[in-house]
Amino acid sequence: MEENIKKKLKVSAIKNGTVIDHIPARNLFKVITILGLDRIENQITFGTNLESEKLGSKAIIKVSDKCFEDDEINKIALIAPHAKLNIIRDYAVTEKKVVEIPSHVEGIVRCFNPKCITNNEQITTRFAVVSKAPLALKCHYCEKITDQEHLHML
Amino acid sequence: MKKDLISITDYTKEEYLRIMELAAGFEKEPNQDLLKGKVVASLFFEPSTRTRLSFETAISRLGGRIIGFADAGSSSVTKGESLHDTIRMVTNYADLIVMRHPLEGAARYAAEIATVPVINAGDGANQHPTQTLLDMYSILKTQGTLDNLNIFMVGDLKYGRTVHSLLMAMSEFDNPIFNFIAPDELLMPEEYKMHLRERGIRYYEHREFTDIISAADIIYMTRVQKERFADPIEYEKVKNVYILREKMLRHTKPNVRVLHPLPRVNEIHTDVDRSDKAYYFEQALNGVFTREAIIAHTLNLK
Repeated sequence: MEENIKKKLKVSAIKNGTVIDHIPARNLFKVITILGLDRIENQITFGTNLESEKLGSKAIIKVSDKCFEDDEINKIALIAPHAKLNIIRDYAVTEKKVVEIPSHVEGIVRCFNPKCITNNEQITTRFAVVSKAPLALKCHYCEKITDQEHLHML
Repeated sequence: MKKDLISITDYTKEEYLRIMELAAGFEKEPNQDLLKGKVVASLFFEPSTRTRLSFETAISRLGGRIIGFADAGSSSVTKGESLHDTIRMVTNYADLIVMRHPLEGAARYAAEIATVPVINAGDGANQHPTQTLLDMYSILKTQGTLDNLNIFMVGDLKYGRTVHSLLMAMSEFDNPIFNFIAPDELLMPEEYKMHLRERGIRYYEHREFTDIISAADIIYMTRVQKERFADPIEYEKVKNVYILREKMLRHTKPNVRVLHPLPRVNEIHTDVDRSDKAYYFEQALNGVFTREAIIAHTLNLK
């Protein structure tokens, strides 16, 4: 099976760009939205529900002719903490990157506090990451901590 | 850059001391026309007679004019106007906004929208920084210092925003000791204890409200609220355990003072009112001077 996946990946290889691998399958479309891939013109291929030993089922995205800034790509760290990036130049992997949880999170996550203003008006949520493992996000507005157990994506 | 006061930690230690100094000046001379010709919006999206009257007294003594509302029912909120739109409108009219809101984070959000400074007069269970500054002024006035004090906090330490903010502010001063007296259901949250540990500040936790208070310089009482308990039987068990009575103060230090953010229910027996160590009513009056100081500081009037 591992061989099959590798073959499939080879089939859809890109010449230049970025491959984002090891995305939990259930979060593929969230990753697409967060990175704004639904709003760009580049060629994009993706596969989902692929077998993965680590994740059970994973997704992969290949974006042609695109490099991501660290700030940009780290936005997906909360929903795809094990994501790995391969930077492709002329069909060869020239660089590998892992995502890191950023120090601030904007949008993406809902504040767990129902009495927080962000759950009652149209406001972009903002959090400071006070701990990465275990994850703890402090709301910029209500100052309450949203932890892993209460983490919900917008 | 405008100077908002949303959370107690928005101020530095120097600013705490500056407010204390200004408050002492306003206590000596409460009527000073510093706000003459200025308009202050007093927006109370939920009623709080005590805080509103204290603020409006402070504004009046500074010679300012007040616009606003005392509860959301008499404002455009009943027509479904968002907080965003209310603030956008009011920021054009007033030189300063004082606001209280039932939702947590509302004041921080309003400060981002407003072009004039915002003073938070309470946002849900989150912050009430002017209460903390008046608590500090009361401590300074009665103890002569904010350093080296043994502070006992009693009652609801889990949900009580006043004790959390006071802890954060007092931990900026030299060598405080904290003693927490609370039932299992209402213990001081871990994040505040961690804050103290990181600074090497000593604290002790107790379940029993006994003669351990003999070491106290300040006894800060809070209300144990029934609605905090999932199990009403648990509330019945603890509701009468944390009541301060006059006889409990007999073996305490002569300088000790009892503070309470008010309103009290039964957690301070009325026989304490007669004691020289009771300070909660004077504490409320200090609120006017402290709020005059905060307004003057916010608008750079002094």
